[in-house]
Amino acid sequence: MSSIGTGYDLSASQFSPDGRVFQVEYAMKAVENSGTAIGLRGKDGVVFGVEKIVTSKLYEPGANKRIFNIDKHVGMSVAGLIADARQLVDIARRESANYRSQYGVSIPLNYLNDRVSMYMHAHTLYSAVRPFGCSIIMGSFDPQEGPNMFMIDPSGVSYGFHGCATGKAKQSAKTEIEKLKLSTMTCKELVKEAARIIYLVHDELKDKNFEMELSWVCEETKGKHERVPESLYLEAEKSAKQAMEAESDSDTEDM
Amino acid sequence: MMQMHPSSMNMSATDWMDAAHSTGTSIMAAEFDGGVVIGADSRTTTGAYIANRVTDKLTKVTDNIYCCRSGSAADTQAIADIVSYHLNFHSMELGTQPLVETGAAVFREMCYNYRDSLMAGILVAGWDSRKGGQVYSIPIGGMCVRQAVSIGGSGSSYVYGYVDANFKEGMKKEECVDFVTNTLSLAMARDGSSGGVVRLGIITKDGVERRVKLGTELPKFYEG
Amino acid sequence: MYNGVDQFTAKPFWHNGPAPGAIYNFPGTKTHGTNGSQRSQTPITTATSIVAMKFNGGVIIAGDILGSYGSLARFRNCPRVLKVNDNIILGAGGDYGDYQYVKDVIEQKIVDEECLDDGFKIKPKSMYCWLTRVMYNRRSKFDPFWNTFVVGGLQDGVPFLGSVDKLGTAFEDNAICTGYGAYMALPILRSALEANPSPTEEEARALIHKCMEVLFYRDARSFPKYQVAVINKDGTDIQGPLEIQQNWNLAHMIN
Repeated sequence: MSSIGTGYDLSASQFSPDGRVFQVEYAMKAVENSGTAIGLRGKDGVVFGVEKIVTSKLYEPGANKRIFNIDKHVGMSVAGLIADARQLVDIARRESANYRSQYGVSIPLNYLNDRVSMYMHAHTLYSAVRPFGCSIIMGSFDPQEGPNMFMIDPSGVSYGFHGCATGKAKQSAKTEIEKLKLSTMTCKELVKEAARIIYLVHDELKDKNFEMELSWVCEETKGKHERVPESLYLEAEKSAKQAMEAESDSDTEDM
Repeated sequence: MMQMHPSSMNMSATDWMDAAHSTGTSIMAAEFDGGVVIGADSRTTTGAYIANRVTDKLTKVTDNIYCCRSGSAADTQAIADIVSYHLNFHSMELGTQPLVETGAAVFREMCYNYRDSLMAGILVAGWDSRKGGQVYSIPIGGMCVRQAVSIGGSGSSYVYGYVDANFKEGMKKEECVDFVTNTLSLAMARDGSSGGVVRLGIITKDGVERRVKLGTELPKFYEG
Repeated sequence: MYNGVDQFTAKPFWHNGPAPGAIYNFPGTKTHGTNGSQRSQTPITTATSIVAMKFNGGVIIAGDILGSYGSLARFRNCPRVLKVNDNIILGAGGDYGDYQYVKDVIEQKIVDEECLDDGFKIKPKSMYCWLTRVMYNRRSKFDPFWNTFVVGGLQDGVPFLGSVDKLGTAFEDNAICTGYGAYMALPILRSALEANPSPTEEEARALIHKCMEVLFYRDARSFPKYQVAVINKDGTDIQGPLEIQQNWNLAHMIN
């Protein structure tokens, strides 16, 4: 890497001569080492899917979740350093609680996104702090405004998305997402797509075990963010596995 | 309504010397099909002296939110100024007009937290795309409820019966304007601390329309 | 350093105690000086009685929807029975502004709890205990919340009913009524429970309705519309506004 040894990568508060902040770029590398997280925004809500890599069989199932509730109506999925992400979760929750106590209504997602982006960006400005080693996706559904979804990078830059992916397999996940007609699809359909994509992009050779997390915030949940019901999870997982088998069958035929 | 200084209770001709300015008032807000009508009399008193006979008690908070003030003029003006600053700043952050509900919440916060030092009864009214025309009542004590029609100030106690008998949900605009004008005229006729002209504001999706009904143009009722 | 006293002068004979003639400074309050101060001396917009009882397998709480402004029946849509979560219902009397404030705090507590996503839900006894602390804390600052709260719920399937007043005084009972209800509704409930210690939900509903009717006839701050919160094994349910069927036939029997 061109940055190593130059001395310009030691602090987030210093540019390199060609105008880069290496600490921020390293933070993005931290994200790329993590399991994939995707967000799909359909016509009636947002679906989150996360590939949580399990590095030891000795861990309890369900530990160190990567999908969080921020408020009743906001969900967040994260990729990257989980401990860093939890700090952001805490900040986002505080912003939401604060907004409700001051303004008497639930926080609009674009405003929450602005606030959290500013917080992440502030950590790219000072030598005393390190940028967040994670990307976060936030989604919400409002009966009048419809669904909304944003993704924030370690740099503090954020965009609104119809579909987004982050983590180690973000490229192949994005290719899959681009094939979907997102704005015409319902969340029920998208849950299955999310499961299929998570299973598809999972690299069995490098990472043996993983847990899939699925959540949604949509019309069906009355605008609440929650994990998808067990029955739907199992159905989505089953069809994802079938799709994988069908794919590997067709692979063998080709050979 | 609510004179602040105890000595303003006496009837002497010099009570204005140490009485606080207070918008002894009749105020009102009513939802109709497509917006809200707000209204107020125009009298400000110091004791029994009319310090201002053409006051505007309908105060702009943001483009889509107005408030009707009753109680201490100083307190309510200060609150309206602070809330107005806060909400306009917030609408810049959001990039959209603030919700009327949000406006009411900010007023409520102030009125509740400082309820022991404030003398303020405020009606918050406005229009937003989410819930249309809305009226929120924040009396002293700092509670907050949405009402389809709300009246406030010292004059209001004389016209609760008229409002209950004549208000209908989903009125047309002019019907609602007449209803508000009649109610305020009746209140002003019976309340010594209210009087002058009727000032009106009609808030809809298209913005605010202000009207004035002069004292001579007000509807007349039984005066025997 | 004391006022006008340097370090060479002896300390006052009596110190660290209440100065003679001064108001005793209660810990945690800012009432110093000789003038003192008074706060929250009167409730403004008030709600009247709450009527509540346990039944076989649950709890029922009722309260009318009037917000009185002195003797003026000013606000005729002030709901004051609240679903806290699937385990807890709450009723409140007294100052409506204070009730709204406490309600906002409780609702944010529930959101915070749901965010944790650990499957834990606060139980009635904990809610009740927390309320005693909140109420006692505020009365100790001489700035009480001017309310009486009635907490009902199922504690691991067992009905719970308790009440907390503005001083933090708290007790549990099988039937609790506040305000005028304590004089007029509670005797009705007690004698009914004496005859039948374990009423069914239907019997309890009928009793509560009877109480609300009596209170409407005899409490000058009451209103003929009320809400009922019921908690049983199926969850919590808020009904209403229900209307009291009035009977004035008695008037013909006079003269």
